[in-house]
Amino acid sequence: MKITNLETIPGKTIIKHLGLVQGSSVRAKHAGRDLLSSIKNLFGGELTSYTELLQESREEAMQRMIQQAEAANANAILNVRFSTSSITQGAAEIYVYGTAVVLE
Amino acid sequence: MSGESFQLIYIIGLLVIAYWVGSYREKRHYQSIIKREYELNRLPAVNLKTPPEGNFQHELVMGNVTISVDYFKRFLAALHAFFGGRVTSYETLLDRARREALLRMKAVASEKQALLVLNVKYETVSIFKGAGKNIGSVEVLAYGTALMAARNNAQVS
Repeated sequence: MKITNLETIPGKTIIKHLGLVQGSSVRAKHAGRDLLSSIKNLFGGELTSYTELLQESREEAMQRMIQQAEAANANAILNVRFSTSSITQGAAEIYVYGTAVVLE
Repeated sequence: MSGESFQLIYIIGLLVIAYWVGSYREKRHYQSIIKREYELNRLPAVNLKTPPEGNFQHELVMGNVTISVDYFKRFLAALHAFFGGRVTSYETLLDRARREALLRMKAVASEKQALLVLNVKYETVSIFKGAGKNIGSVEVLAYGTALMAARNNAQVS
């Protein structure tokens, strides 16, 4: 499965468009990690636990998107976009979408 | 009476500590950003969409970071919000977060021996939004398509 955020892959022709595929994931940290982060929040700097949380969550969303594309027998996903929105305190939704295509 | 003055001392103490620790960490972070930016200068990251001619392998790369401002800067920002004008404490926060995210993306790309990163996009979100006093953490994601020289045609397929 080729995944790219370009609109075309040079040298490859798109045989078939299979439409939009997407994956999303909403995650939150448990209260203990959240408390630690709010203490760190006083002094500034990186909140490593949140960086990791969002990274894991993004990987999960991508896995879901790839599964959907595989189910549609695609061999590439083009023009992939990420979108993040904070729902409540300490929880974020990651949404990833792209166009599933069949390349020759 | 003594309870109130204790509270005041507590807040001032917290502000002073947050100021020292916060500005020290910001300075350290900027030093490390500038050092790594210099090292990764050889790998261009652009937001053009058209890849150059030739046979390349494509791969999506990304880097993300969550950074918060310290208590003192949040206090300053609240004052700024009241009087209007530039909120410098948040400007540096976003600047640091964007540069750090781009650097992490470039580091991933350079591990894969990429020659170029195309179509770079940023995605920003505030994490503690809606929590009143806690506003001041942002997550920035930078992503793009890394181009690697294709080793041989069989492998690319």
